[in-house]
Amino acid sequence: MTTAPKSRLRRLAPLVAVVGAGAMLLTACGPASGGGSADSGKFTYLGQTENTTIISTLEALGKDQCAAEEKAAPLTSDSVAGTQWDQKLQLLAGQDALSNMSMAAGTPSLMKQFIDAGQVVDLSAELEKLGVADKILPAADSTIKALYGEDSLYALPTELNIEGFWYNKQLLADNGLEAPATWDDLVAAADTLQGAGVQPFAAAGKDGWPVTRLVGDYIARDLGPDALKDVADGTAKLTDDEYVKAADAVAELGKAGYFGEAVGSVDYNAAMNEFLTGKAAFFYMGSWALANFNDETQNTIGVDNVGFAPFPAVDGGAGSIDQVPANVGIPVMLAKKGFGDSQAAWLKCIASNYGDAVLKESGVVSGFALDTPPTDLPETTQTVQQVIQDAPSSILWFEALFTSKGTSVSQTNGGGLANGTLSGADFMKLVQAANDEG
Amino acid sequence: MDRVLGDKRAIFVLLGPALLVYSLVMLVPILWSLGYTVFDGNPIVGFTFNGLGNFTKFFQDPAAWSAIWFTIRYALVLTILQVGTGFGLSLLYVFWLKKASSTIRTIVFFPVVLPTVAVALLFQRLFEAAPTTGPVNSLLNVFGIPSVDWFGTPDASFWIIILMDLWRSMGFYAVLLYAGLLDIPEEMLESARLDGAGGWKLVRTIVLPLSLPVLLSSLIFSINGTLKVFDTIIALTNGGPGNATTPLTLYMFQTSFTYGEYGYGSTIALMLTILCLLFTVFIFRSTRRDITKG
Repeated sequence: MTTAPKSRLRRLAPLVAVVGAGAMLLTACGPASGGGSADSGKFTYLGQTENTTIISTLEALGKDQCAAEEKAAPLTSDSVAGTQWDQKLQLLAGQDALSNMSMAAGTPSLMKQFIDAGQVVDLSAELEKLGVADKILPAADSTIKALYGEDSLYALPTELNIEGFWYNKQLLADNGLEAPATWDDLVAAADTLQGAGVQPFAAAGKDGWPVTRLVGDYIARDLGPDALKDVADGTAKLTDDEYVKAADAVAELGKAGYFGEAVGSVDYNAAMNEFLTGKAAFFYMGSWALANFNDETQNTIGVDNVGFAPFPAVDGGAGSIDQVPANVGIPVMLAKKGFGDSQAAWLKCIASNYGDAVLKESGVVSGFALDTPPTDLPETTQTVQQVIQDAPSSILWFEALFTSKGTSVSQTNGGGLANGTLSGADFMKLVQAANDEG
Repeated sequence: MDRVLGDKRAIFVLLGPALLVYSLVMLVPILWSLGYTVFDGNPIVGFTFNGLGNFTKFFQDPAAWSAIWFTIRYALVLTILQVGTGFGLSLLYVFWLKKASSTIRTIVFFPVVLPTVAVALLFQRLFEAAPTTGPVNSLLNVFGIPSVDWFGTPDASFWIIILMDLWRSMGFYAVLLYAGLLDIPEEMLESARLDGAGGWKLVRTIVLPLSLPVLLSSLIFSINGTLKVFDTIIALTNGGPGNATTPLTLYMFQTSFTYGEYGYGSTIALMLTILCLLFTVFIFRSTRRDITKG
């Protein structure tokens, strides 16, 4: 009993040492390093399966304005499900095998890793070189730079979105309500609607982010536009009382059942469907949803029946209602590896023509300058353009400056806020802990 | 044969190719992953030596503890249920249905051959609450009970996962244990019956001790399979709501490939390996003692 285990241990010790040393040696082989650039004679694009706008616009450009570029380097595309997007990009970047053009990482902190590792093209310099730097709208340019905390542009704004509450004009009018200007007005309106048997909000609790957006916007209205930057800098914590107040405000809506039954199982498309079939009065969403609003087969309440209200002000808050929550959707980045003359030609053509093409084909407002703005735009699209034009400044969304883990934990727990099973304090504790680890 | 197997060159030629493939696809990645446990970073930003930092982090990480707790709870509950139900079914086949059991055996075994994702989709639809009401909620509504958001509440999600895995696996354990029961000599059962042992007493004193080896194999099989659960959960709940149904395997996967922390992910993998080892050793030890006593 006393000697056998000891001698066994003694015999095992060299084996453990050899295995350990082998493991260290193998691991020390290290990462793939950013590599050279050889023009492959193709223009490869990788996007998310759910987003068909970018690829269809690129294909349209390839047949028309970018036909010469298409001939020199044919466009080839592939797609991956959005839920696995960041994982796929990490694997490709780890193997130094990113496509020429791909949608950027969903998490800005991951995008920063690509930038720091020198895997993506510095577009400020490249667009300047190609003479098309003025094709990026200043608002989009500054939003992307703020998002990645860089002085240069590393992604193209294929969208420029504002977010806010879209509402069903008819349902509000039927209940004697107007678009809410303050948070209290919004809660009162929700109460009235609920009392009248109308579901106040449509929200994708399964995806989580449409719910956590409300927390972020509330913080910006209550504590000012830089409040979430303070959290990222470490000068404030989400668990501080004034931040918890925002999550509590949203959790209260959940507890009151304003998001409808089983909101934890409602996904993006189902929430969109609830709003567009008149089952819910308010829908917090980005202006990328205009494509759905303008599609008559999806929108049975009528495109003229959709109104837009900016996220309401919070009484006594430091923020202002005209600071618009804005984002560039998921922009596209270009990989440094394989970026040659024909890819640069594509970049120039896209920068010059994408804005007009995507607005004409899909009704999507992008961050590219327009040469020939269409005149017959739907009212909702015009509203969005007007809001973008009038906004003095923009604010980022709740998770924009979080770590990958913080973002994931926040979004997977958003459903808990919406169905009232998670308190504001518990939610903030989880997210802060994930950010601290990150 | 002895001459062939006594020849070292012959052994090398016979085993060499298989050993090489095994080393390349199994041993090298395992060692590689073991090495990552003392590093921080990922292939994009590079790796930095981190000492035992990942292990310290693991023991202080509430999400890791919650994943361990879920993993153990899931493994114990499901193992007891699937081996227990399997044993019950095998008794049913041998002592009650006897020769007529083949049809029932086939029906109960059927879910084993179905792909996990298909079964998960089936259960998602069965228990769906929104946007459409699934059959289970529809049934509740008939009795005037409001719909339950099964996948929106932690406890309900846990039990649906258990129910689904039980349905999927009990047929397999039933067949495994049925084979063990068939090995019990009929004469022994007959003489026990003559001695007055019947029903539960017969099962407890004769059937259970004699089927202990195959029960032990089933337990080890089940506990290791359930500790490593991944596909059923990712297909059914994806670890949600929140992280309420996230086992260590899924947490490891998310940490490595979603959060880009390869070192910490490998540490979680090592901890899972140790957990499997501990459970297996525990089961071996405890049953060995019982057999010697019996």
